[in-house]
Order: sequence, then C-alpha cells, then structure tokens
Amino acid sequence: MDFQLTEDQRALRDGVRALLAGRFGPEALRTAVARGGRGLDRALWRELGEAGFFSLRLPEADGGVGLGLPEAVLAFEEAGRVLLPGPLVATHLAAGEVAGAATGETVVTAVYGGLVEWLDESDAVRDGAGGPAGDGAAGAVPLTSVDPLTPLHRVPGTFPTDPTAHAGPVGDTGPTGPPRPPDHLATLLTAAEQLGNAARTCERAVQHARTRQQFGQPIGAFQAVKHLCARMLVRVELARAAVYAAAVTADPMDIAAARLLADDAAVRGARDCLQVHGGMGFTWESDVHLYLKRAWVRTRRGGSATVSEELLARDLVAGAGR
Amino acid sequence: MDLTYTAEEEEFRARLREWLAKTLPALPPKPSLGDWPGRRAYDLGWQRTLYDAGYAGLHWPLDAGGRGATPVQHLIYLEETEKAGAPYVGANFVGLLHAGPTIAAEGTTEQRARWLPPVLRGEEVWCQGFSEPDAGSDLAALRTRAWRDGDDYVVSGSKIWTSHAEVADWCELLVRTDPDAPRHRGISWLAMSMDAPGITVRPLRTLAGSAEFAEVFLDEVRIPVAHRVGAENDGWRVTMVTLSYERGTAFVGEVVACRRVLGELAHAARGNGRWDDPALRRWLGRLNAEFRALWRLTQWNVSEAERTGGVPGVGGSVFKLRYSHARQELYDAAAEVLGPEALDLEQEWTRDRLTSLSYTIAAGTSQIQRNIVAERILGLPKGR
Repeated sequence: MDFQLTEDQRALRDGVRALLAGRFGPEALRTAVARGGRGLDRALWRELGEAGFFSLRLPEADGGVGLGLPEAVLAFEEAGRVLLPGPLVATHLAAGEVAGAATGETVVTAVYGGLVEWLDESDAVRDGAGGPAGDGAAGAVPLTSVDPLTPLHRVPGTFPTDPTAHAGPVGDTGPTGPPRPPDHLATLLTAAEQLGNAARTCERAVQHARTRQQFGQPIGAFQAVKHLCARMLVRVELARAAVYAAAVTADPMDIAAARLLADDAAVRGARDCLQVHGGMGFTWESDVHLYLKRAWVRTRRGGSATVSEELLARDLVAGAGR
Repeated sequence: MDLTYTAEEEEFRARLREWLAKTLPALPPKPSLGDWPGRRAYDLGWQRTLYDAGYAGLHWPLDAGGRGATPVQHLIYLEETEKAGAPYVGANFVGLLHAGPTIAAEGTTEQRARWLPPVLRGEEVWCQGFSEPDAGSDLAALRTRAWRDGDDYVVSGSKIWTSHAEVADWCELLVRTDPDAPRHRGISWLAMSMDAPGITVRPLRTLAGSAEFAEVFLDEVRIPVAHRVGAENDGWRVTMVTLSYERGTAFVGEVVACRRVLGELAHAARGNGRWDDPALRRWLGRLNAEFRALWRLTQWNVSEAERTGGVPGVGGSVFKLRYSHARQELYDAAAEVLGPEALDLEQEWTRDRLTSLSYTIAAGTSQIQRNIVAERILGLPKGR
C-alpha cells in the first residue's frame, strides 16, 4: 500500500496546473465574470481537448490518454482550483460516446438534479445518470444563476420535493419514482472539483491572514482567525483522503463519503474564506464569492446530499457492523 | 496512489488473524474498571502473550528489541487486533507508545538495555509525568524543580492527570533543571522509579465516576543522574520526540473501533425501530462518511510516514482534531439510538459517551492542536 501520489501523478497534476495558470489566470476569470456566463470559451475547450483533459480515461486504442480515475480526479481538482467554467464533468464523461467530446470539439452538458449547466452553449445534452442523449432538457427554463460563471436552466417537474422519496432503493426509477441519482463518476469528479475549490480558498484565507494588518499585527496572529484557518485545512485534508481513496477504489460508498466531505470542505471553506477577508470578502471585486457560489452549484450535481447519506446509512446495515 | 497490500503484507495479516482467532478465546475475563491491580495484571499478561508470539513492539526498531515492522504492517496489526476484539494496550500505553520509543531514540546503550526489554515483555508499567496543575496545555510552564546533589537529582513539585500512576513502576518525568534559562531550555527528561521515597499518589475521580488518573506529589525524591535521557536542559526536544509519537500513532486503532461501534448502532436502531427516523438514519450515514474518511486519512498518513522513514509528522494533529470530535458525535448519535436508556450508566455506550468527553482535551486540547496546525503547517504567525 502506497497511498501517495506517484511521480507520474505529480507530473500530471503540475502539468494541468501550469496549463490552467497560463490559459485561465485571474484576468481570464474576471473577463469571464464580465461576460456574465455568456459565450463559453470554445478555443479553451479545444485546448483542453488537445491536452487530453476529456479523453484522459479513454483507452489509447480509441485515441485517448489511457489513464485512470485517480489521474482524472487530479485534473478535475486543478480545474476546481481555478474555477474553470463549463460543463467539464459532463463532457469528460461523454468522451468516447458523443462524437467530438473527447477532442473538445463538442460541448456536452447533462441534467443533474433538475438543473442543466450551460444549456445554451452546449451541443448535446445527456441524462445525468450517464444515459444517452435524450430530450431530458425539454421545456427547460433559464434561471438567473447565483453563480455568474455557470448559466443554469431548470427542468420542471424533475426535482424531488420530498427528500424521503429516496427512502426506497436508490437507483430505482419509474414513471412515478424519483429521478435516478447521477452516476457515481459524475459525483466523484464533482467532488474532486470541490476539493480543489476548498484547497484554494484555504490558501487564499491563509495568504490574507498573513498579510492583512490590524491592531498592529497580521490578523493571522489572532487565535480566532488562526483557528478558522486550521479548521479549513482539516476539512481539506480529510476530503482529500476521501476523494483520492474513492478514485482508487471507485466504490460507490467511498464515492458517497467523498462527496459529502468535499461538499462540506468547499462550502464551509468558501464561507470561512469570506469571513477571514472581512468586508473585502463581501465585495463583488473580491473573487471569494465566486468560490462559494460555484461550490453551491456543485452541491446540486451529485443529487441531493440526502441520497448519499441514505446510501451510507444502508451500507452500515449491509456491512454487518464493520 | 495504491490501496492494495503486497502479498507479504497480506500474509502477515493472515498469520496474525489466525493467531488472534486461536489466542483470544483463551484469555481470562477482563477485570472491572475500578480494579487497578487486576487491570495491571491483565494488561501485562496480554503484553506477555504478544511477546511470546513475536508481536511485542512490532513498530519498534530491531536494535531496541522490537520487530522493525513497517508502518503499513503496524497499521494492519492495529486494524486486525481491533477487529478481532483483542485487549487494548491499557496500562502499557505510556511504555509502548511514549517512553519506550523515546528511550529507543534518545537513550544510551545502558538505558535501552535497562528499560526497553521489561516494557516489551510485559514486566514493567510506565506513567507520564508531564502535566502540572499550572502547566497543562502550556507544558513549558512546568515548575517541578530538580537540584543536583552528587550523583542524584533531588526533585520536588507535583504532577497531574497521570494515568496508571497507582500501578506504574516508572514515570517519564519532566523537571526544571535550570530555572534561569528561557522556559523551553531549562527542562530535563528523567526516568523516575515509582518506588522512590517521597512520592505520594492521590487518585482523581473523573466525571465518568472512576479513578482513571491521579495527582502525583514529589517531596525531595532522589533520582540518579544516570536516569536522565538526553542532555541536561535538553528535555524539551526529547519531549517533542515523545509527543510526535503520541499524536502520530496513539489513535490509529480507535478509528477501526469507531467504525465497528457505528455498525452496531445501525443494527441496534434497526432492532428498536429508531431506524425509521430519516433524520437519525442520515446522521448515521454522515458519520459513516466521516469514519470512512478518517480511515483513509490514517492510510494516507501511514504511507507518508513509510516514505519519510517512519517518524510521524504534524499531520497527526489534523487527524486528532477531526477524530476526537467525530468520536464524541458518535456517542451523541448512540444516545439518540438508545433513547431514554442513554441515561442509564449500566449501558456501555453511556459510559463510553462520558469517557469520550476527554478526547478533545487529552494529549493536547483541540485549541492547542489548531494552533499547531495554523503555525506549523499553514505558517501563520505566532501570536497571543
């Protein structure tokens, strides 16, 4: 057992980080915000395709990179760190199934929990449970998305209003049953993005706490601020262990656990980051709100959290007291 | 990233499992909580059984009498012994996890030969004399004084929260040998015989009702200078060695125990109808996620230790922070499952719930651990 990144995995992570830093730095982020979620950067999408972002897990024989889920998770973590916009997860999962998805020529989105990201900018729409393209987004109406970098459409009548509807076997679907939860890979890759989001807000909070002076010293010297930052790191490290392990095992229970911890790390981390930034954190000019809003959007992608909790609860009974 | 075990590691696991299955049914019944001499005998007996089977001091280095096992083998050992319901190290906790590794790392040849074998063979029990009434979390504020008198130190002062003091043979004792030096620089680490004249042990009753630790009063106790481990006034550095072991490995086996308790909770809830409450069900589901992740973090930390040569790093603080709170929450959930019976002290989960209140305090409070994480990992400035 060597549950650490291999040399190749480190190199891949560093490579993706360098690519994204050059292509989607802070200025590009602000430009995208100014565009208000209109006009997905198709050139960037193709560059990601050329770099193998979408075809990472396709066999080399099919023109892919031939890597595994752990490598995909590392790449999505990096995308999460820089708030890379677009239906990255849906397009990645469509590679090999929807023509042009693997190369970044085609933008593919999916319906997750009654929501569709980037519908107007996408070439194909898939069922969020990993099914083939269909008319799943029929009748979708636009929302004024809380995240300025993620335009959203709402599909009427597909959202479970009663959370206990999931008390039945998860995965069942029928004419009157709840919608199928998104497939596990979508949930895991989203958790990886949440992990990157959380790691980045932790770094930003620490950076600010080290430099921002109040009462004659950096605010990070005050235990109240220090402890906020320490709690952020603890959440990030626990989420990281859970997400990486789920990538290695691909076990649905590990994925459900990873998702809960990564959502928690991302949402609470962004809120704490905002708190550390004080009044500055509440401004539009600061990027902090973008991390929080994206984290909120992603929490809806894996089905509601209660689905994961119910899965894990049932696992306890099935697992005969491990 | 790899979570599979090597064939060698799987073989180690299989042999251990087989031995546990054969050995555990023959163990005598556990003595009651208040029976200190009985608990000492029971814990030492288990240690002797481990020693005879070649499992004593598994993670200790070979030249210290240990088995030189890798961190991963140690992880497997802790996982399997806990799963099989083997006894906890109990009274041997300080000797095996603190004093032993410290002496192995910092002691002279004579000191290693004198103190290490009896710990491994289950012949001597150690206790920890670090905390004082006015120096708990602020360990460097300790005031117990040691004067040189010929070949002895003469020690006066008092210690508190000393587990197993009533039945210990030796105490790893921190004393101030230079009161004029800066507070971290005037401390020495001594091995004190608990038979020495001038020692008074007064048990302290915990909120759980039992006497789990004690106050120790020292009135001109003579300790040979030869019993000092490390250089005079270098005790703080020696102590940091001890504490890194405490934080790095002390809680590994307990994650496995928590996962078992969580499974038992789910089955109990199914049995008494509480499972029908979706809020409780989801709470247990979330705790399942928590303990699965803590187990993964354990595997992460252990394989990192293996890569860096076996010494646990500050990552132990990250683990301890989350674990200690999760474990308290586990017993809060148990109380929800039990309902009114959660107020009955005869219930094991009720007693465990009381005991778990110490986890965010013992071995460095959560507040101290957060300072460590913030200053040593995140690099935030030291402050007030």
